[in-house]
Amino acid sequence: MDILSILAESTRSALGPIAAIYALAAVGLNFHFGYTGLLNFGQVGFMLVGAYGVGVSVAVFDLPLLVGFGVGLLCALVLALLLGVPTLRLRADYLAITTIAAAEVLRLVYRAGFAEPVTGGVYGLQNLASGFRTLNPFDGGTRYGVGALAYNGNHLWVLVVTWGLVALMVGLTWMLMHSPWGRVIKGIREDEDAVRSLGKNVFAYKMQALVLGGLIGAMAGCMLAVYQASIQPDQFKPQVTFFLWVILLLGGAGRVFGPVLGAMAFWFLMTFTDGLLKGFGSLGWLPFLSGPDYGAIQLAFVGLLLVVLIVFRPQGIIGDRKEMLINVK
Amino acid sequence: MSSDETSAGVDRMAGAEPVPGSAKSDPILVADGVRRSFGGLTAVDVGHLEVQRGTITALIGPNGAGKSTLFNLLTGFDRVDAGRWTFQGGAINGRRGHQVARAGMVRTFQLTKALTRMTVLDNMLLGAPGQFGERMAGAFLRPVWQGQERANTRRAMELLERFKLVDKRDDMAGSLSGGQRKLLEMARSLMTDPAMIMLDEPMAGVNPALVQSLLGHITSLRDEGKTVLFVEHDMDVIMGISDWIVVLAQGRVIAEGRPSDIRSDQQVIDAYLGAQEETAEARGSDDD
Repeated sequence: MDILSILAESTRSALGPIAAIYALAAVGLNFHFGYTGLLNFGQVGFMLVGAYGVGVSVAVFDLPLLVGFGVGLLCALVLALLLGVPTLRLRADYLAITTIAAAEVLRLVYRAGFAEPVTGGVYGLQNLASGFRTLNPFDGGTRYGVGALAYNGNHLWVLVVTWGLVALMVGLTWMLMHSPWGRVIKGIREDEDAVRSLGKNVFAYKMQALVLGGLIGAMAGCMLAVYQASIQPDQFKPQVTFFLWVILLLGGAGRVFGPVLGAMAFWFLMTFTDGLLKGFGSLGWLPFLSGPDYGAIQLAFVGLLLVVLIVFRPQGIIGDRKEMLINVK
Repeated sequence: MSSDETSAGVDRMAGAEPVPGSAKSDPILVADGVRRSFGGLTAVDVGHLEVQRGTITALIGPNGAGKSTLFNLLTGFDRVDAGRWTFQGGAINGRRGHQVARAGMVRTFQLTKALTRMTVLDNMLLGAPGQFGERMAGAFLRPVWQGQERANTRRAMELLERFKLVDKRDDMAGSLSGGQRKLLEMARSLMTDPAMIMLDEPMAGVNPALVQSLLGHITSLRDEGKTVLFVEHDMDVIMGISDWIVVLAQGRVIAEGRPSDIRSDQQVIDAYLGAQEETAEARGSDDD
């Protein structure tokens, strides 16, 4: 077991395309929960419609990639309106129930037999990345970078574009939250009746936040489709949403850079524990476990780390503890 | 509170008869047949009610009389089963809470709603109406809303000065005491530049030392020409500052009048002493 190579591999994963995609989706979730206080437990649903917007447009209808992105974002807009119109006037928990159910229903519909001509059913869709790769300024065959921190040209291209989108969306978050619009949004998180009593249309603001966060989630889904070049419905299980929540709480909800740091830390930890377990296994220290058990142990280990974090640093990596304590009533 | 202020208030009430549903010379709010029931229980059933412009009107009544429900209905925070009401001449029944606030009728809450994880100044700025930067697209155009923001900040600072919260402007609202939160809520509602302020139990949970200062602020609102309608329990407070008192029991207006009229009203005394069945019977036979 080589601890240095495990650390290097973890760092590579923390900076890699998957971490970037999760960071992007978590930036969207930060708009929902971190700033507006909306309990969205179905962020994966927005990723799914985004990914399939690209997938169906490119693989089934042979449209350009950019159109696929547009279709994905449009689907997310429709999904946000469908979720928001009936629930945003009600108490916060109704949105939570609706989103978690809607995301799961979407996955089941997209994988169903009757949808197979369009969505590919359980087999999903393949060959989605060619349009993206023709734009690639890097050489797909070469590896760029040094040592363990090297990515092949295609992955580097995804990585650059996705982190670029993350930077763009973080900038957008900063601008919005440092404006009077952001002040209303934060006010709604604190007490929506008070904001309503001051003449603000709370429903409209909540809807704007839901749509915006959903669009950013769909963007993450689009990049996932492009990165993998194929999508299957079963990779959009509810656990993706829970990973996103972990990322948000880990980094610090309601902080501009919270989701970014959270995604990096999360994927570092995931890869690190995985490497550690495999290393222990190869040394023969875990005779009672076989290979497939490592995944479960890894998740349990990450869960334990998170419990420790919540106890000792509930505000996340960059949250403000003082602000956190004020909220305890 | 000096005596001429009181007499100014009483003058404004001139000509109003101390009977339920009496007409006022210049009403800002006129409500007719406002009814709301929860299941079988009729919480509010107000036949006719007028509130005189530029006065302090108190809404009193025993627990469960429907004072807060009436407040919620009038301000659009709850929906009526029946009834209509006009504010400054225009019908506002059926409007939602934020629309009522924009029309110039702003409310506060019994359980103070300070936005705890925002600074005192941000709480204030949230009250300013018609902000360009509060539109999503407008938010990106900082140069366009910066001037408005500066003007709003100036006005917020003046109000914070007046309510003695100016030293707290950068503190989180959650760190204020209960009384300071009441002051902040009142100051914040003034940022909307309302014609009428509805205060739901402004003295509840306030340290006695602050009560006098709160009362002073309420009378000064009236002296600036704003109309105040407030719900309160403390009889001494009500008798001291109100120009007019409306007494609610079991959802109905059972009495109306100047503090001196109310003090001697047998029905009110009965209602407060809990002899409500007798009053209800008496009223029932009147109706027949």
